[in-house]
Amino acid sequence: MLIDLEKWQEIGATLKQHKLRTILTAFGVFWGIFMLVILLGVGQGLKNGTNANFGDVTNVIFIWSGGRTQIAHGGLAQGRWITLRSEDVERIKERIPEVAFAGGFNRLGGWGSGQYIVRGDKGGPFSVRGSHPGMAHLHSLEISSGRFINQLDWDERRKIAVVGRGVQHVLFEPWEDPIGQSINISGVNFTVVGTFNSRATGDNAADEEESIYIPNRTLRHTFNQTGWIGNITVIPQPGVHAAVVEEKVKNLLHEHHRVHPDDRGVFAGWNMQNAYDRVQGLFTGIAAFSWVVAVGTIMAGAIGVGNIMLIVVKERTREIGLRKALGSTPAAIVTMIVQESIVITTVAGYTGLVAGVLVLEGLNALVVSAGAGSGVFARPEVDFATSMTAVAVLVFAGFLAALLPATKAARVNPIVALQDE
Amino acid sequence: MIRLHNIHKYYGSGEQSLHVLKGIDLHIAEGELVSIMGSSGSGKSTLLNILGLLDVHDEGDYTLAGTPIVRLREKHAARLRNQFIGFVFQSFNLLPFKNALENVALPLYYQGVGRRARNEAAKAYLDMVGLAERANHMPNELSGGQKQRVAIARALVTQPKVILADEPTGALDSTTTDEVMEIIKEVHGRGNTIVIVTHESEIAEQTQRCITLKDGLIVPPTQHSAEAISRAAG
Repeated sequence: MLIDLEKWQEIGATLKQHKLRTILTAFGVFWGIFMLVILLGVGQGLKNGTNANFGDVTNVIFIWSGGRTQIAHGGLAQGRWITLRSEDVERIKERIPEVAFAGGFNRLGGWGSGQYIVRGDKGGPFSVRGSHPGMAHLHSLEISSGRFINQLDWDERRKIAVVGRGVQHVLFEPWEDPIGQSINISGVNFTVVGTFNSRATGDNAADEEESIYIPNRTLRHTFNQTGWIGNITVIPQPGVHAAVVEEKVKNLLHEHHRVHPDDRGVFAGWNMQNAYDRVQGLFTGIAAFSWVVAVGTIMAGAIGVGNIMLIVVKERTREIGLRKALGSTPAAIVTMIVQESIVITTVAGYTGLVAGVLVLEGLNALVVSAGAGSGVFARPEVDFATSMTAVAVLVFAGFLAALLPATKAARVNPIVALQDE
Repeated sequence: MIRLHNIHKYYGSGEQSLHVLKGIDLHIAEGELVSIMGSSGSGKSTLLNILGLLDVHDEGDYTLAGTPIVRLREKHAARLRNQFIGFVFQSFNLLPFKNALENVALPLYYQGVGRRARNEAAKAYLDMVGLAERANHMPNELSGGQKQRVAIARALVTQPKVILADEPTGALDSTTTDEVMEIIKEVHGRGNTIVIVTHESEIAEQTQRCITLKDGLIVPPTQHSAEAISRAAG
């Protein structure tokens, strides 16, 4: 009785009697799940694509010198240009416990204008940026060979460089191993210790991969930038919102550099978390919308199933009456109708699930073959938990759909049902 | 086997109430072959439904195989029907999407009997009604007489206390009627208690005792059936 083969054969047999009708009914449910998978999958694809643009660290804060003072303060005239120094970084680390990482970052040349890098008879313009030991993830880098900057490089101010894939292509032959080779940056030789790919998407990736990272300390001392730092990058402790920390850092800088508290433009800042939160909110909205639409469609499908089951019960009144006369209990009749309904919804829904996942896979293959450069769309997918939830919604819908017809079936009076016309 | 005392049945309520059975007293002994006759509206269908536990009486006492039948819950009634009663209908009522064997085995399914044992028993009873080689035929591949024989096998498969046949030959021609009646008599010969509801006197005459219903009451036995009673009792 556990695996009641006969019951399943019977369900199969009764459904087969009205193939077209069963298929058309099932299509409603199929379409509901199909839509749910497609909507959620595409939503997830947009989310994945957009999140990739944010990089690995989504709560990073950048602070830089934004302009001259506008308000005279503390006995100092207006119109001062405030320079950020490495002492500022040390002070931030000391005074603000919510800061997990703070570092000064410099670069060679201005924004957008590369430095001409030479190796032998090869050369090209690339941006040269300073960084800190172990901070590869801050730049969303993936070390493809060798290593990133380490503490010894920093302490000893070694002249070492980590070059992007774009740089490697220009300066090295494909068969050459760049590790240990020397490149010339503004007349100073640096040893290549690692190469990297960017995890960013779209144009950002190409940009990133045309960069060279060297220890920021080495950069400042070698290229005479000891007097200032370009920007202070801060990462808050886990659980602390970037906007809060940004405010604290700015207040500290205002206090220390004796800038009027209302003179907001002097220290410019940008934190990624505000933008990230907004975008995440948008995607949550998209997912919620998808669920509402799809659950509505599934419900409409289930109501269709319920409708058909009502007709089925009507058609099979005589059979149900006979079964009751032969000793079937009302519970057995209810089970029969409910099972039939659940079978229709589950089979149709599962087919929809599989079809939806197949379409998403196809879409993914298309995106991949078009190159990962589309930027806002990557890896459309539905996770296992979501699929399981969808299946649960389905079985429940099938159950609901059958309740009314099943109750009707259980109430069939065998005397009336078996009456000869 | 069946003991009815002062059975009353009403349909509807209040002003519209219809008094269908007006005090039926009836005793059917084990192993009897009894027919119930009566014109339409006499209450014979209602009596059959009450006997078959498909309907409940409003007043009086009904004892079936020693079990007093009082206000059964539907689930309980279904179980008693399954164990005590075998039904044979005028229009056969075979499930069209099941073959002869599966139709016969169906009541055992509701007893929770395993598939193999079910089919074994069903085969034996199909053999008894002479349809062993038709076990895998669908009902629409059988003649009317064959269908009714399958239905009789289905009624027998649970080894019930009583077999209730509602116009079992009503849909058959005279040849097949004889065929079916032979089977019924054979079943009776094996010691089964059988109640046949019919309006054909040729059928009633083939039973041991004929009970005639008129306006909800049993018509007192005529000389002919009185003899039958004494024969049955003797």
